[in-house]
Amino acid sequence: MTTTAKKTTAALLSASKLACERDERLLFSDLSFELYAGDLLQLEGPNGAGKTSLMRLLAGLLPFSEGELTWQGQSLNTCREDFYQSMLFIGHLAGIKAELSPLENLHWFAALEGVQDEALLEQALYQVGLAGYEDHPCHQLSAGQKRRVALARLLFTQRLVWLLDEPFTALDKAAVAAIENLLLEHCQAGGAVILTSHHALENLPNLKVLSLGAKLSGSQP
Amino acid sequence: MSVSNKTPVAFCRLVPKKMNPLNLFTVFSAGCKREWQLQVRRKGDLLNPLVFFALVVVLFPLGVSPTEEVLAPVAPGVLWVAALLAVLMSLDALFRPDLQDGSLEQLLVCGYPAAPLSLAKVLVHWLLSCVPLVLLAPLLGVMLYLPWQAQGVLMLSLLLGSLTLSLVGAIGAALTTGVGKSGVLMTLLVLPFYMPVLIFGTGAMQAAVGGHDATAHLALLGALALLALVLAPWAIAAALRIAVSGE
Repeated sequence: MTTTAKKTTAALLSASKLACERDERLLFSDLSFELYAGDLLQLEGPNGAGKTSLMRLLAGLLPFSEGELTWQGQSLNTCREDFYQSMLFIGHLAGIKAELSPLENLHWFAALEGVQDEALLEQALYQVGLAGYEDHPCHQLSAGQKRRVALARLLFTQRLVWLLDEPFTALDKAAVAAIENLLLEHCQAGGAVILTSHHALENLPNLKVLSLGAKLSGSQP
Repeated sequence: MSVSNKTPVAFCRLVPKKMNPLNLFTVFSAGCKREWQLQVRRKGDLLNPLVFFALVVVLFPLGVSPTEEVLAPVAPGVLWVAALLAVLMSLDALFRPDLQDGSLEQLLVCGYPAAPLSLAKVLVHWLLSCVPLVLLAPLLGVMLYLPWQAQGVLMLSLLLGSLTLSLVGAIGAALTTGVGKSGVLMTLLVLPFYMPVLIFGTGAMQAAVGGHDATAHLALLGALALLALVLAPWAIAAALRIAVSGE
């Protein structure tokens, strides 16, 4: 756990003694963890334990009251742009525009990745099971289908660290299994994933779990 | 709908064949394109300010007097005030849908500076809701007996002025995004900063109506627009960050 057993590669993302306060209420404190390349970290805890807050805090959307976050050894305050360019955050609300079609939504996300390949986007939609819906506005899609549009980004993104807040919400079993495989593949390729989920995630070996809530424990292998 | 639900769910990684070098300009233009598609599909939101502008100007002569002696002197003021309020009204919901569907978070964490990307949003909004307003203005000017030599100045001053109004108003809209229905609060925040634009805008038109040279006023309006163009995006980005962290 401590620095004595430091791995040869430096941690991608490390948090030490983080604390987060919302509306005068302490959500968590003294939270430390390290995320290495290849790690899959699940945040766990009862509703209201601060999973989403921690996620948003890691993504830089919430200020934290105490502690330090470092990205590849540098304090996050000094290399935020660097971090953002290697990080993909998909929150509860995934930024899918209801007025636009799935394809048009993906165009924007692809532009952020520098991907300029129409066939690839169509292929991505086909793979997430939305073939034939390219031109329907997203408000006609079901919740699960919208989620699939959001997760289609994962198929072509080149970013290293994925922060996924409840990625499995509204997805059917087949899709959950497929996403689990995708996460595994990403981690084997040297990426890292942090996700929150209430699903059991049985298919994922070397899943690390960070429990928020009653008593905070560190990451356990 | 004859779409088969039997399509395989594979979720395999795809390797893009064609990659752009990551640069801000391509992202900026992609952002503009997306905004354009979005705002064109919200036709009601685009029509609202235009209808408001037209209604105020049409009702004004009915309420006061339809004679030239009364209308001609107040025409510059009425046109400008109505246009200003129409712009203000159109801005209220600029960022709220984005906050509600998570696009705003994505904008802030996408790895590109938020200022140029929010500028894209405001510019598209300006193109789609203020430029039609400018095109409509001469028609309403004729109704208020605005002399012909002032029509050009009316359009030019509104064009420059509405850009400043949009950019400054967007700061207020961004600040009040997280506050729910915030029309009044935003108006109070932004209105003081609208005063110079209103003064120089009507000043330019008064000059043109009186047969004087309006260049000085227009130059000042242009300077304000440039200043807003450079500075407002940063303020908008900072305000959006505050709005998102309050969620």
